[in-house]
Amino acid sequence: MTDDVILQVKDLKAYFKLDEGLLKAVDGVSFDLRKGETLGIVGESGSGKSVTNLAIMKLIPTPPGRIAGGQVIFDGKDLIPMNDNEIRQIRGNKISMIFQDPMTSLNPFLRISTQMVETIVLHQGLDKKAAKEKAIEMLKLAGIPAPENRIDQYPHQFSGGMRQRVMIAMALSCNPEILIADEPTTALDVTIQAQILELINELSQRLGTAVILITHSLGVVAGMCDNICVMYAGRVVEKGSADEIFADPKHPYTVGLIKSVPRLDKENKQRLYSIPGQPPNVINLPECCPFFPRCDRAMDICKSKYPPVADLGNGRTVSCWLYGEGK
Amino acid sequence: MTRFIVRRLLSTIPTLFVIITLSFFLIRMAPGGPFAREKKVPPEILQNLLKKYHMDEPLPQQYFRYLGDVLRFDLGPSFKYKDQTVNDLLGTTFPVSLTLGVMALAVATFLGVLVGIISALKQNKWQDYAAMSVAVLGISIPLFVVGPVLMLVFALILDWLPTSGWIGSRAGWATVVMPVMTLMLPPFAYIARMSRGSIIEVIRSDYVRTARAKGLKENVVITKHVLKGALLPVVTYLGPAFAGIVTGSVVVERIFDIPGIGKIFVQSAFNRDYTVIMGDVIVYSLILISANFIVDVLYGILDPRITYK
Repeated sequence: MTDDVILQVKDLKAYFKLDEGLLKAVDGVSFDLRKGETLGIVGESGSGKSVTNLAIMKLIPTPPGRIAGGQVIFDGKDLIPMNDNEIRQIRGNKISMIFQDPMTSLNPFLRISTQMVETIVLHQGLDKKAAKEKAIEMLKLAGIPAPENRIDQYPHQFSGGMRQRVMIAMALSCNPEILIADEPTTALDVTIQAQILELINELSQRLGTAVILITHSLGVVAGMCDNICVMYAGRVVEKGSADEIFADPKHPYTVGLIKSVPRLDKENKQRLYSIPGQPPNVINLPECCPFFPRCDRAMDICKSKYPPVADLGNGRTVSCWLYGEGK
Repeated sequence: MTRFIVRRLLSTIPTLFVIITLSFFLIRMAPGGPFAREKKVPPEILQNLLKKYHMDEPLPQQYFRYLGDVLRFDLGPSFKYKDQTVNDLLGTTFPVSLTLGVMALAVATFLGVLVGIISALKQNKWQDYAAMSVAVLGISIPLFVVGPVLMLVFALILDWLPTSGWIGSRAGWATVVMPVMTLMLPPFAYIARMSRGSIIEVIRSDYVRTARAKGLKENVVITKHVLKGALLPVVTYLGPAFAGIVTGSVVVERIFDIPGIGKIFVQSAFNRDYTVIMGDVIVYSLILISANFIVDVLYGILDPRITYK
């Protein structure tokens, strides 16, 4: 099982030093990504899911942020101690990223061709002409009509959904092994969201790219992901295969999340469930389970100690005092 | 684009017309006149003078006569500088101010952008603090202090440069150095602060993060992805700054004894030298209008989101 793991994140920590105190945006996150797998990272705003992935690419703005510990093992090598030159060989080439807001993620002053060609020339060593042909081919794959004309246009001449297609084409243009999609549909219309997710799904399968899909929507995850990491306050609280987590969520937070998904197949006239309270402020977080103030099954121990990771077998883990040795 | 350019060029005609009309009547409304002296001029002589310069005619008639002259590019005779036409006066002094101004602004832009980039990339480090301190000094120290201090150090103590004069004098191009250094200081400081601020803003933008995520080298990220967007505000500033700087700095021209347009500008106002004032106004507006026009066209070229119809 472990030999087809292509990315191993071990105890990754990313802290931000702010005026208000130390913000532990990511505090000991671990997960594995297998070849061709789609992994969903789910959590509320501020749970650290985006920072986790910026940290993998070493794109955290420093200062104020820094990677405070952990390992990111890709291709047998740890990315964290790499220098700028080495990590640049990985970025955009082996691991590429698409971001939340396609309206601002493309450079408004440069033609699409310029932005795509520079990446391909850099990583694939093609000349400009061949790189442009490759770029056109990628745009076609990404469902852009008349790509040979549109490639010379500027980003503002594209709609939001089309720009995200361009971002996807650009991210996949160097045949990366991993695609990190950071809330790729949050800024888009609902009708476009499904198309973009379908596109990511289809292209990643065709090209054999593993995908890390960051989202706050369990509905998105359910349709696409093989495995899921649920994050809360900078840590992974539950991990496992998508089927198992949906069938039998363990952590009270995951239970709450699943209950909050609106469903059309159930005939009920009840109000949609929502988890009470607010996500915690992760600045100067005390050493407790950060979810206990909102948890309906909280016990005394939750208020004083962070729960250890309980291994439930079959790749399923959960951090909650209700399970494992703490029980 | 061509249609935009033609339309903009045509629109300068009514603008200039309004400026000329307003200035013409406003100047005449000011008390005094070109021949008002402490010592009274005998009435017969005054009458002759007024007649010679057509000032005995009713104001509207004078106005239309002036408009007609302007259309033939004749700005009339000066009332104060004997035997010189306004065309002569501006023709000899304006090129001097233009040369000085263009050099000062070129140096200011180059150094300002350079310092702005360094400051932005070394944000909150000593290089940034040092550069921004210089910039604050540049904005706050008046030119009549900077000029004499430079003169004292480089001309009198070190004896490297001539104290005053202009290119035509014996010292030649060496005369240019100190006036340019002095005149470029405020725009340099302003450009440095402005470019630093906008570079810092752009560096944090999403599309720069994308560029880094693609694995581009940092210098490519800066030159290709950051600078183009970040320097647009500088281009905007250059338009009016150009008009201001080439129409002469009275202070710098006085300190370094430069035969530029600034001196004439001020003296004509004191002398109520109507035709010279009008000439100054026309030159200044023409430069301001064309500078802004060039900035607009540049904007269209630099920012693809702007389209002119």
